[in-house]
Amino acid sequence: MSILKVENLSKSFGGIHANQDISFEVQAGEILGVIGPNGAGKSTLFDLITGFTKPDQGSVIFEGKNIFGFRPDKISNLGVGRTFQKLKPFADQTLLENVMIGAFSKESNQKVARDKALEIIEFVQLLEKRHHYAKELSTGQRKRLELARALATDPKLLLMDEVTGGVDQKTIPGLVELVKKLRERGVTVITIEHNINIIMDISNHVLALDQGKKIAFGIPKEIQNNQKVIDAYLGTIDAA
Amino acid sequence: MSDLKIAQSEPLFNSNKKMTYLVLGFFAFLILLPALGPTKFFLHLMIMIFMHAVISQSWNIIGGFSGQISLGHGAFFGIGAYATSFFYVEYGLTPWIGILIGIIVCAIVAILIGIPMLRLSGHYFAIATLLVGISFQIIFQRWDLVGAASGLWVPLTSEDSLYAIQFHSSKVPYYYLFLIFFTIIFFITWLISRSKLGYRLRAVRDDAQAAQSLGIDVAKHKIIAFAISAMMMSPMGSLFAQYILIVDPDRMFNFEISIIALLITVLGGIGYVWGPLVGTLILIPLAEYARIFFGGTGGAVDLMVYGIVLMFICIFKPSGIISFLPNHILHREKMR
Amino acid sequence: MQAVITGLLMGLIYALIASGLSLIFGLMEIVNFAHGEHLMLAMFTSFWLWALLGLDPIVSIPITILVLALCGIVTHYFLIRYILKAKMLVQICATFGLAVFIRSLAQFLWTPDFRNISKPMLEGRIEISGIFIGQPQFTAAIVCLFAFIGLYWFVTKTETGLALQATSQDRQAAEILGVPSNKMFALGWGLGLGCVAIAGSMMSSYFYIFPDVGINFSLFAFVAVALGGFGSILGCLYAGIIIGLVESLGGLLIDPSFKLLYVFAIYLLVVIFKPQGIFGRY
Repeated sequence: MSILKVENLSKSFGGIHANQDISFEVQAGEILGVIGPNGAGKSTLFDLITGFTKPDQGSVIFEGKNIFGFRPDKISNLGVGRTFQKLKPFADQTLLENVMIGAFSKESNQKVARDKALEIIEFVQLLEKRHHYAKELSTGQRKRLELARALATDPKLLLMDEVTGGVDQKTIPGLVELVKKLRERGVTVITIEHNINIIMDISNHVLALDQGKKIAFGIPKEIQNNQKVIDAYLGTIDAA
Repeated sequence: MSDLKIAQSEPLFNSNKKMTYLVLGFFAFLILLPALGPTKFFLHLMIMIFMHAVISQSWNIIGGFSGQISLGHGAFFGIGAYATSFFYVEYGLTPWIGILIGIIVCAIVAILIGIPMLRLSGHYFAIATLLVGISFQIIFQRWDLVGAASGLWVPLTSEDSLYAIQFHSSKVPYYYLFLIFFTIIFFITWLISRSKLGYRLRAVRDDAQAAQSLGIDVAKHKIIAFAISAMMMSPMGSLFAQYILIVDPDRMFNFEISIIALLITVLGGIGYVWGPLVGTLILIPLAEYARIFFGGTGGAVDLMVYGIVLMFICIFKPSGIISFLPNHILHREKMR
Repeated sequence: MQAVITGLLMGLIYALIASGLSLIFGLMEIVNFAHGEHLMLAMFTSFWLWALLGLDPIVSIPITILVLALCGIVTHYFLIRYILKAKMLVQICATFGLAVFIRSLAQFLWTPDFRNISKPMLEGRIEISGIFIGQPQFTAAIVCLFAFIGLYWFVTKTETGLALQATSQDRQAAEILGVPSNKMFALGWGLGLGCVAIAGSMMSSYFYIFPDVGINFSLFAFVAVALGGFGSILGCLYAGIIIGLVESLGGLLIDPSFKLLYVFAIYLLVVIFKPQGIFGRY
């Protein structure tokens, strides 16, 4: 069963096509990896799906409902969570408070929200840091914070922008394990990731973008051998 | 017991018994204070402290909670003052109902102004509120129904009257009136700061986009904060009108009210529940005594003090006097 | 027609005041909430030079400019320097505090009384086909226009002006190229308040001078800067003229006692519907 169906989604900024005619489907319970060179429109795609950027045309069907052009908070309340590439923790508040704000999206009772937040903080393995301020945490820990905060809103679909970007080598395996465990929790995940090995490891399907267009969609094996994908990546290496 | 169970068995808010007794003792002292036979001036000083603490708490809700800088908050003070006086002067309606009307009108005005204006951010919002505040003064100066520039003179009752909220023989009833409102409004703020609403407002202030991604309607929350803030300001205008019994645009829509609300909050500690009280306790006695000390030189001395204090605090301690307190106490009492 | 001329003349003065504000904002993203108070200081400087030394405001312009430019540099070194990196709230509070301080100091020193300069050099009015133009107003507008052109030329054509622009666009990059940003900021404050000085001395010939005189002008300057696009100097010229016209035509056609409100309404409409200003930046 498909949980999200994107059809002909397009967005241009001042004549430049950031996303052009993008269509794909995500099945409930899977992990979809999104790859593409810098400037391919991956983050724009996330912004379009989650409502942070108004799409020009197309449709975004989430659980059979067209959420095209909805406000971000409405989309979140329907069950689409996200994390940001440029992390946005509430810096002057503790980790627990950060996650509680997420939990308040479904819960009104303080105690219930707190206990739920703690349970999720344990899931991301930061329980002993719960009373630390977000600004005191390392980048890897802040990524976990954002994940926990988004999870606390009980998303059915979670969009994760750059899971391992900007964190040191040691912390990457832990983060990857977390994403895998999300699938066991029953959360469908779309993730942007630069590290091809990780994408091939965790994804059920992969969507490849280049210059705002979809160039390939399929299971990891197909993508690995897809000529367009290879060209797109080689192209950027040439340019660099 | 697992770590999770331990964490879940922690109290929601680690309240310190000593602190609770301290606060309760403080309020008990305030209740008993008039029995100690204070001078008229001292009572006046306390009334001014209560009033300014609430005014700045009101500003703290919009400035400290939702992070929007309003430079025209005095408008809500004026509306409150006019609401009670107008209905009493024209229809003989008890100011108690007038206070209620003022609160409702302020909420409506805040929502009507808030819907277009809270889309603005930063400087644009600050300047817009500045202009709106002054516009209210201009409108009331020319509005014949409410006495235009000369304002309304509240007809004096022959004797003290709770119905008309007029007390001529003593300041003590006023003291208690202001104390009651001060207590209620600080209590409400304290509740809000620990509630779901408080958490969500802080989220909006710290990062609007992240807040949206967690399902928070940013515009709605800003408007709620603006309306709550306005509703807190209004009864202070009403009570002040009953205290001096004259309502005119220059006094009630005075720009100084907007300045002082901001100044006290920034001085005490913006975003902290007790910040406005700390700021008031320092600034109001300072200003009142400066006024007496320099008396009769145009009355600008207190403003001059405000200006200097404001600049100094911005340069040296932008997080306010309260941030001198140790971190673990602050964390519990903060709304940031 | 009379109203159009009056509005146009006033508009040119607003434009110059606003361009000072805009220059400072463009340079360091700080709104000088004490702008009106600086204008008031300029008018008082002119007044005292006249009252004590018998210098006519026209003659004393250079001195007033010097005084205000100095005042701007002092403001930068003693206040602004410390709050450059602070949160916006702190910046607003700081310049706001400065405004309150200057205004109350003026009240304290010179009382809130209204003063005026009697028998200035420029007096009377001229009549051109039925339209009366006050001579001081006319001269003021012309001087302001020239000052404005001078400022525009300085910022866009001279080397220092270009360095100023570079700093306003990218502080770090400019510093790498050897433009000392701190000096540029001080220069910006000097220039910005120099504009105010010219406007202030011209107006002192025909305006009452009192500590609160600056408030309305600074409000108009905020509006002009928002209309013209924050940081745009040329935008200030158009915006200043629009405000002058709205003020005088609104006063003529609707009700003069609500003049301020028309201008405020324009601000609200513009910032709500077109937050980049009508004319964009630069």
